[in-house]
Amino acid sequence: MNNAGVDKSKRQFLTTALTVVGAVGAGYLAVPFLAQMQPSTKAEASGAPVEIDISKMEQGQLIRVAWRGKPVWVLKRTPEVLATLQTLDDKLRDPLSQESEQPTYTQNPYRAIKPEIFVAVGLCTHLGCSPTFRPEVAPPDLGPDWKGGFFCPCHGSWFDLAGRVYRGVPAPTNLVIPPYRYVTETTLIIGEEETEAAA
Amino acid sequence: MKHRINDCANWFLDRFELRDFWNDHMAQYYAPKNFNFWYFFGSLALLVLVNQFITGILLTMNYKPDAELAFDSVEYIMRDVSWGWLVRYMHSTGASAFFIIIYLHMFRGIMYGSYKRPRELVWIFGMLIFFCLMAEAFMGYLLPWGQMSYWGAHVIISLFSAIPVIGDDLSLWIRGDYVVADATLNRFFAFHVIAVPLVMLLLVFLHIAALHQVGSNNPDGIEIKQNKDINGITRDGIPFHPYYTVKDIVGVAVFMIFFATVIFYMPEMGGYFLEHANFIPADPLKTPEHIAPVWYFTPFYAILRAVPDKFAGVIAMGGAIVVLFLLPWLDRCEVKSIRYRGGIYKKALLLFVISFLALGYLGTQPVTPAATIAARIFTIIYFGFFLLMPIYTRWEKTKTVPGRVTPQPSLEERIPAIIETIDEVTVKQPLQTPGGMTILPRKPNPSGICNVSLRFVKKLKDSLD
Repeated sequence: MNNAGVDKSKRQFLTTALTVVGAVGAGYLAVPFLAQMQPSTKAEASGAPVEIDISKMEQGQLIRVAWRGKPVWVLKRTPEVLATLQTLDDKLRDPLSQESEQPTYTQNPYRAIKPEIFVAVGLCTHLGCSPTFRPEVAPPDLGPDWKGGFFCPCHGSWFDLAGRVYRGVPAPTNLVIPPYRYVTETTLIIGEEETEAAA
Repeated sequence: MKHRINDCANWFLDRFELRDFWNDHMAQYYAPKNFNFWYFFGSLALLVLVNQFITGILLTMNYKPDAELAFDSVEYIMRDVSWGWLVRYMHSTGASAFFIIIYLHMFRGIMYGSYKRPRELVWIFGMLIFFCLMAEAFMGYLLPWGQMSYWGAHVIISLFSAIPVIGDDLSLWIRGDYVVADATLNRFFAFHVIAVPLVMLLLVFLHIAALHQVGSNNPDGIEIKQNKDINGITRDGIPFHPYYTVKDIVGVAVFMIFFATVIFYMPEMGGYFLEHANFIPADPLKTPEHIAPVWYFTPFYAILRAVPDKFAGVIAMGGAIVVLFLLPWLDRCEVKSIRYRGGIYKKALLLFVISFLALGYLGTQPVTPAATIAARIFTIIYFGFFLLMPIYTRWEKTKTVPGRVTPQPSLEERIPAIIETIDEVTVKQPLQTPGGMTILPRKPNPSGICNVSLRFVKKLKDSLD
């Protein structure tokens, strides 16, 4: 082919323009392809609040309920446990829960609306295993430093009975507290925010 | 009639040059003549790939990718489908066999320097296959929807949430729900049975095409293409077909013996190939007491656990795989094969193998303070092997590489030496049988065993220098 005397700049312009238009088109097509992997409307809607009756709970009892497919713990803490929690601050990574995820009305030392009732999402903030409930003090497998708390068997993270993470373990933050409120003195709703009147 | 068939064949060959393809890759592809035991694993990997494809297709005929039905459909395959148990055990054992073969295949490459110039691309494609294989195994493990499937997937997807800024949205996008749920199972099924296998097939093609462009390496690490006769054929090469196809059939037969033994007598392999907790249906509210990935992920899992920080742990785990990609550029030694490399590299490689196996063991064990410290030490050795490589490979005192490949002693040639060793470690004691015959049973000879082991240790020590 004889290309002598041909103005190639026009060809170059057309090639570039076509490439750009094609890339933009491919980009637009990528949006629905990628977005269809997002949670569906049905999955988003299934996060309905859960109501729990706590009137029959005994001291030190833990109950597990499912909320949005996640385990949520409700723990009735004894006065001794509440006393122990106040002595742990220097061993914890985030004792005041400043870097952790919780509703503002639970950002206090006990991480609860009422100190004796502790509510938390039962998934380790490291990689999402469900920690085991180990309320006993200094069991042989965890050693004398264990003051009762939640132990993640997957990667060995330690949390106290307010879901606060210890130093030197893989989990970066305290356990997540879901939004919840008291309907009556003995009924909790998980998944609904505390209203100003109730606070 | 014969004439007709020939006509048909010629009609075909005029339109599609099958003969050239066959010659280029089989009958006239010259491979070094000194291949040893380690060179079985490439063709065995292909065999297992075919096994996974066939058994996988058969499994999809009865499996249901639905969180409500998945666990039961697997049990249905095991109990009610004719020969379903065999197909499933071939698939599950095939997955573990695939990793055993690939790890040995990669170790061969590291040992004989097969990643070095001009074979860097062969190594890169191979590493991409390894990466796909890990993705494939991980997603396949979710499908039975047992406790380990569920919590294993939960943990691994949570790894992505450690990435700053986009992490949480990314892991949500991967799951398609707020927790691992039906949506996750369904998409993992799609990836496991079609998307990843297609990519893998393409990569296997590229791996072999890249290999046949530059030619195979060998235990001596010599470029056989540099020594050709007047016809342009390498003096140290033999055609792949029939020589290596026949050799590989022997490897296949031996592999099949092991493979069948596992399938028929120990398909769960004591909880390593199929974990005990996976025989309990997935329960999103309860993590099993002890959660560990399947054995082939445990070295990387141990690295993840060893780092006391979430994001750094994920980076270390990913880095443990990424450094392997960089191997061709980290190693500055000109000599390829371990046979002629310096003692420092041999010792480093030995330490690396020990730490890889130790990490693999620690990854299967529960967390204890002592195990964490051990895992940290072995993690440092693992990374030290790679990251210090540009330094220590420069100090290497290499041996002279021969110009031609060294011949492999055949089994027949080794028999006298084997008999001699047996004679040394045993003594014959004449015994009179009740029938009046004299037999010569062999008894172990302590001093002989001592001498042979000492010689062996000395030889091992010498070979490390």
